Amino acid sequence: MIVSKFIPQTEGWGEDVATWFNILAAFAFVLGGGNLLKLHLQKISSKVTGWGYSVIILVSFIATLVIGLGKFGIHPSAEYPNVAWSGPTQPEGSAFGWVYEYLLQPLTATMFAMLAFYIASAAFRAFRAKNFEAFLLLATAFIILLGRTIAGVFITSWIPPNSPFAFLRLEELSVYIMQIFNTAGNRAIMIGIALGIASTSLKILLGIDRSYLGSSED
Amino acid sequence: MWNWLNNLDRRWIFLMMFLAVSIPILIIGVTGLTFPETPTPLAQATFDALDELPSGSKILLSFDYDPASEGELGPMATSFVHQCAQKGHKMYFMTLWPLGPRMIEKNIEKVITSDYPDLQYGVDYVNLGYRAGNEGVIKVIVTDLQQMYLTDVRGVGLKEIPMMDGIRNIQAMDLIVNVSAGYAGTKEWVQYAVSAFPDKLRMVAGCTGVQAPLLYPYIPDQLIGLLGAIKGAAEYESIVNTWVRRDRLETMLGGLGFDQGQIAELVQDPSTMSSMLDEPRFADQFKNTKDRDAVIALAEAPVDPKYLEGQRRMGPQLVAHLLMVGLIILGNIIFFVGRGQGGAA
Repeated sequence: MIVSKFIPQTEGWGEDVATWFNILAAFAFVLGGGNLLKLHLQKISSKVTGWGYSVIILVSFIATLVIGLGKFGIHPSAEYPNVAWSGPTQPEGSAFGWVYEYLLQPLTATMFAMLAFYIASAAFRAFRAKNFEAFLLLATAFIILLGRTIAGVFITSWIPPNSPFAFLRLEELSVYIMQIFNTAGNRAIMIGIALGIASTSLKILLGIDRSYLGSSED
Repeated sequence: MWNWLNNLDRRWIFLMMFLAVSIPILIIGVTGLTFPETPTPLAQATFDALDELPSGSKILLSFDYDPASEGELGPMATSFVHQCAQKGHKMYFMTLWPLGPRMIEKNIEKVITSDYPDLQYGVDYVNLGYRAGNEGVIKVIVTDLQQMYLTDVRGVGLKEIPMMDGIRNIQAMDLIVNVSAGYAGTKEWVQYAVSAFPDKLRMVAGCTGVQAPLLYPYIPDQLIGLLGAIKGAAEYESIVNTWVRRDRLETMLGGLGFDQGQIAELVQDPSTMSSMLDEPRFADQFKNTKDRDAVIALAEAPVDPKYLEGQRRMGPQLVAHLLMVGLIILGNIIFFVGRGQGGAA
């Protein structure tokens, strides 16, 4: 793929390799499933702490797999009415659609929503202005938190929108912080990472860094 | 009291957060009230990118998210489909996430099937579904779509789908719209599609709050517009809803014989439609009161709640953010008082 980037005549190689990658990705699903089974069967067999959760994982995994592959409750598609299993994977009313709608969706949404509770708790306990840098971080957080809601508009609504001080309105400040400070910081990090990857890759390609082979030399 | 605050059980904070979110949800659910939204330049740029394209343009909508982030990203996905459907763009749906197909189907059912029944599958919109491989999929379809997609989600060959005619790869798309909850998502689309073909591909995106800061560096060259979290969704939703009403009014008034100048004046502020139509210069244009009533009804009709999800969620967000600010201030007061007293807060 590296060669295909630099030599136009070999451009097609990159596409071929990308296609292989997708075939490998399909096999990875099977390997992933096999690995999941092996890992959790070992846990159940040796009855390690929390082996009951492994039972739940395996039962959920196998049940979902059977329901999905079996296409229970799914009728053949309108285009191919005589071909069994030609219907879509998870239409409404099908068993797989039910699993998706009433189990997977609420469970994953609940997990994500719980984040708000832990963030609130962490903000109360850990977000302290212990030094000047922490104070700056705190002030930025306040501006963004308030500027992303109507509260920011109300709090600084006394500053006329057309005045020279309009940039001090919280909604404007939050946009300014995101577009200027955040962009500059993130670009610096991205460029730094890219340069680091390039230099590490060169060191490996030129044999300067052999640590990945288990050598103690840098 | 001081000791209680200093050793506050986190379950009290959980309860406060629960109330901060649930009470506004209940109030907004009952009253239907939403806060006004002033669009930021990025939300406006996102809208303009789709609006400036002529009707019938090809739009690739990649919905790379799952139910976990549907609360944050669902409203903007709905608004994207709403704008595309109203504008008459050709919509090509796909996803890089295994749980994404249902997100696509939901939006098709919510917007196209229920409000735009005239749009035909395979002619006006197509669902290509999910393919495994993350950025590998992008890398392939950017040069050869059929290496990855031989059929759509219904199993119909792409060659049999009218709107796929002449589309060899996604460089044929006039705009890419990506709704992303993480990997693979907007960053991969930028790196493997837009950056690889900067002269041919243009892109707008909507993302979760935690992703937004990481995507700002791509604005404005690789990303024309960006909607960050529910705030971005609410702003964009507000622009789309206003535009949809005006667009429908323009079509209706044009059909009734109003000239462009009159239409522009009337749709400027639809809330004043009733009083403006009482003016003789407009009232004389109507052949019967039924047409006049229909125009007023359209101008004053409440927006369907399904197109207000983003704006409705700004209420709980406001109270939750205020609670967070309050908790941080309280935590710092406890810290500084404790430190002043020689404690180890």
